[in-house]
Amino acid sequence: MTTPSATLDTRCQPACLRIAGDWTLAHYASLKRDSERLRTQYGADTIADLSQLGRLDTAGASLLAELLGSERLSQCTHGLPESSRALLKNVYCSVQDYCIPVKQPERNVVLVLLERIGCAVGTLWQDTLQLLGFLGLIIETLLRRLLQPHRWRVTPVVAHIEQTGLDAAPIVALLTFLVGAVVAFLGATVLADFGATVFTVDLVAFSFLREFAVLLTAILMAGRTASAFTAQIGSMKANEEIDAIRTLGLNPIELLVVPRVLALLISLPLLTFVAMICGIVGGAVVCALSLGISPAMFLSLLQSDIGVQHFLVGLAKAPIFAFLIAAIGCLEGFKVSGSAESVGAHTTSSVVQSIFVVIVLDAVAALFCMEMGW
Amino acid sequence: MSGREAVIEARGICNRFGSQVVHKDLDLDLYRGEILAVVGGSGSGKSVLLRSIIGLRRPDEGQIKVFGEDLAGLREQQRSLVERRFGVLFQKGALFSSLTVTENVALPLIEHAGLSRADAEHLAGVKLALAGLPISAADKYPASLSGGMIKRAALARALALDPDILFLDEPTAGLDPIGAAAFDQLILTLRDALGLSVFLITHDLDTLYTITDRIAVLSQKKVLVAGPLAEVEQTNDPWIHEYFHGPRGRAAEHAAASAGQER
Repeated sequence: MTTPSATLDTRCQPACLRIAGDWTLAHYASLKRDSERLRTQYGADTIADLSQLGRLDTAGASLLAELLGSERLSQCTHGLPESSRALLKNVYCSVQDYCIPVKQPERNVVLVLLERIGCAVGTLWQDTLQLLGFLGLIIETLLRRLLQPHRWRVTPVVAHIEQTGLDAAPIVALLTFLVGAVVAFLGATVLADFGATVFTVDLVAFSFLREFAVLLTAILMAGRTASAFTAQIGSMKANEEIDAIRTLGLNPIELLVVPRVLALLISLPLLTFVAMICGIVGGAVVCALSLGISPAMFLSLLQSDIGVQHFLVGLAKAPIFAFLIAAIGCLEGFKVSGSAESVGAHTTSSVVQSIFVVIVLDAVAALFCMEMGW
Repeated sequence: MSGREAVIEARGICNRFGSQVVHKDLDLDLYRGEILAVVGGSGSGKSVLLRSIIGLRRPDEGQIKVFGEDLAGLREQQRSLVERRFGVLFQKGALFSSLTVTENVALPLIEHAGLSRADAEHLAGVKLALAGLPISAADKYPASLSGGMIKRAALARALALDPDILFLDEPTAGLDPIGAAAFDQLILTLRDALGLSVFLITHDLDTLYTITDRIAVLSQKKVLVAGPLAEVEQTNDPWIHEYFHGPRGRAAEHAAASAGQER
């Protein structure tokens, strides 16, 4: 392999560009520097001498083509082997009408910032409208199918219940058990100062029945299920499967969304119930071990102090959360466009949105129920 | 033929998926500077063979030598050096969907050739132009390109490092006839200029008749016959006969013959 070079020989008349060595990718950076320097130096009548040229690849050919230009190139390639000439010609023809587009000039930072804020607000508004429209679409499809029992799709619903409900039960149970224990510890520590440790039972039961069980389960489902829905539907979208469903005269909402929504509508309340039981058991274990409240006493306190309405308030929120989580997960899936990056972005977005919606709704519901005295 | 240097030597390759045998005792050579087309019915294991050769799948038995070295036995670093001499055009392009077309081509130039980003993108533009991609597509993401454009962009990426061996998996499928013919000519030009060895999987009979030096027919789990077109055509096998002397084969032969006369 010989080191490539391009030199301008001004001793002869007219001046001569001597090209020598291997013009290959390995030497691209140095050759590029040389040729850029030379381009400013030689005049219109300069001729080129390629007789010393060694190996040539597409990278080198593009540099040569840019350095010499078409006329000079066509004059000086006679001595070259046919193959190199064809390559030079090919590269030259393609490069001729192909230059990298000029980048847009930098704009005022403040303007860009304002523009981005405006875009974000606009997108937020559009997203909200889209979500509301999508919710309506799901409810419409759901109600219409409800009246046609022969078109119920039981198998996918059951399959999704298994994935979203049964498979999630262990993690939900473990997590709420631990949180129940932690709440009991906190209650015991704080209430001990007032000599009211026995109210730990009320604390655990109230918080789990009304809030924690449903909230923790919904957040877990948002992370576990909404993301799965988005990724499933998103990769189907990227693979044009959604389009295929449409062209087959089928309704993707009915086929993909309704079974998922129904499955979550069934499994989230069930999981919430599991979470309530486990949270209270967690509290009972701590009470028994560190406060000396026996399980039997725990249960009798529970029975006498806690009304059934707390259980109902907690459970009533579960289907609402389930519907929203499933809808957001599916909608984000439909928004995916082609790339792998888009699948990731929308999966993130679906988790963030569903957790956000769940917490905001829960706060509103808590205020409402308190004011109503439920 | 014995005097030619083989850049790929596959010997006794067996590939199995569970109980399904795809290849059994398959031998194949690719010589330096030739365009070898591999043909075979759907499901005859063409793509599996390609994946075995480029090291994406380790064959269950047999040995594959590339440039005289067994890829499976090399250390990672040496293996990477050999792999840099490959250019692979996958069937569906396999462009990175989160990078623009130009970035896709510039990536190997930045990573392996050590070019600066500006140089790499400039050179990427040249490769894209060479592959026949319009300039308006250079800053687009693969998701917004047509099938033919994806093929061209993927070819540009395969050519990015000026490889010694080019692997093409159905390069002209999905291209319009004009584009497919230009593609064939481009490969021919590059082969002549760069001394490329081309391993080509194709169903395109026009490509077979216009640019290939040798054809290997994959059938009955092995290479049934490998040789120049005229030799393969005359092989006494019902599938080969049907392939080359069916209506499409005759049309392509006729087209290639008349194009040859014009030249």
